[in-house]
Amino acid sequence: MAERTDTGPVADTAAAPARGRRIALAVLPLLVFGGIALFLFNGLYLNPREIPSALLDKPVPEFDMPPIAGRDGAGLAATDLRGEVSLVNVFASWCVACRVEHPLLMRLAEEGVVPIHGLNYKDQPDAALAWLRRFGDPYDRVGSDLSGRVGIDWGVYGVPETFVVNAEGRIVCKHIGPVMDRDLDDKLLPAIQAARAGRAATC
Amino acid sequence: MLTWRRLAACLAILFLVAPALAFEVDEPLPDPAQEERARAIHKQLRCLVCQNQSIDDSDAPLAVDLRHLVRERIGQGDSDAETVAYVVARYGDWVLLNPPFKLTTLALWIGPFLLLLTAVVGVRIWYRRQGREPGSAEGLSADERRRLDALLKDSEAP
Repeated sequence: MAERTDTGPVADTAAAPARGRRIALAVLPLLVFGGIALFLFNGLYLNPREIPSALLDKPVPEFDMPPIAGRDGAGLAATDLRGEVSLVNVFASWCVACRVEHPLLMRLAEEGVVPIHGLNYKDQPDAALAWLRRFGDPYDRVGSDLSGRVGIDWGVYGVPETFVVNAEGRIVCKHIGPVMDRDLDDKLLPAIQAARAGRAATC
Repeated sequence: MLTWRRLAACLAILFLVAPALAFEVDEPLPDPAQEERARAIHKQLRCLVCQNQSIDDSDAPLAVDLRHLVRERIGQGDSDAETVAYVVARYGDWVLLNPPFKLTTLALWIGPFLLLLTAVVGVRIWYRRQGREPGSAEGLSADERRRLDALLKDSEAP
């Protein structure tokens, strides 16, 4: 009797952890699989072309671009981007995706949502001029960057690109590729509003 | 007669176009040592348009521009580090084909070694357990020990 009470509990407590361990061993691969699956699933929706800008939250680079020859209106310099929140749109007449976003920029300009400045990247002046005549000119100021050097200073690698610049002349948001309605609503407009309110933009 | 004229026209076009092509070719720096340094930097920088090529390998217009830029900085007397920093300031760490070792890239650099270490430790533990459990008498209850002794005794006395 005394012997039975002695061994009984010992045997029980030895069996319980073994069973617990077996369950843990069965569940562990599932957990690891789940973790990897989640990680990779998330990766499906990341855009590898979207490279975080090195210039976010930094002042715009120093530059001074002449206007496109033949266009009424001024060129674009770093000092022009101080005083109010503005958009800087990198475009070119040779850029097909620029045509996709162009109606949206025209609408923004017509509604007076925000001043839009253009950075005409590595473009022939007459081609750019013809392009603006044909599709409309939503820009306030346009600087002509024939050599592409100003573009490099802005970290441009895929035209079109659109930057939100706050009143202090800092880049607060960057969009690569054509701006679609969703990008405008989810990204650019909130960034513009945040910049106007003096809040930090989540971009 | 007509074919001769055509041939002449083709040849004329060929030779007129060739000098135009020459504009596309990079102009090396006059100092060979500087040119060598510039080329070495070109090989470290990612072409942002094609992503997995260096700007040395790529003919994308941006890659050509960046090659010019690097040559210009080197020609002006910038050090290699200054030149690379100039490009990184504009395009971020992403332009470096070799990611720098810093806090945000820690997982990238030591992750594989950590995984290897985990695997080695895991395999060791597994093997040790496999090897010990069948033969070891640890963890037997008094009952099992008695049965084991009885069995052993049986086998010793046939």
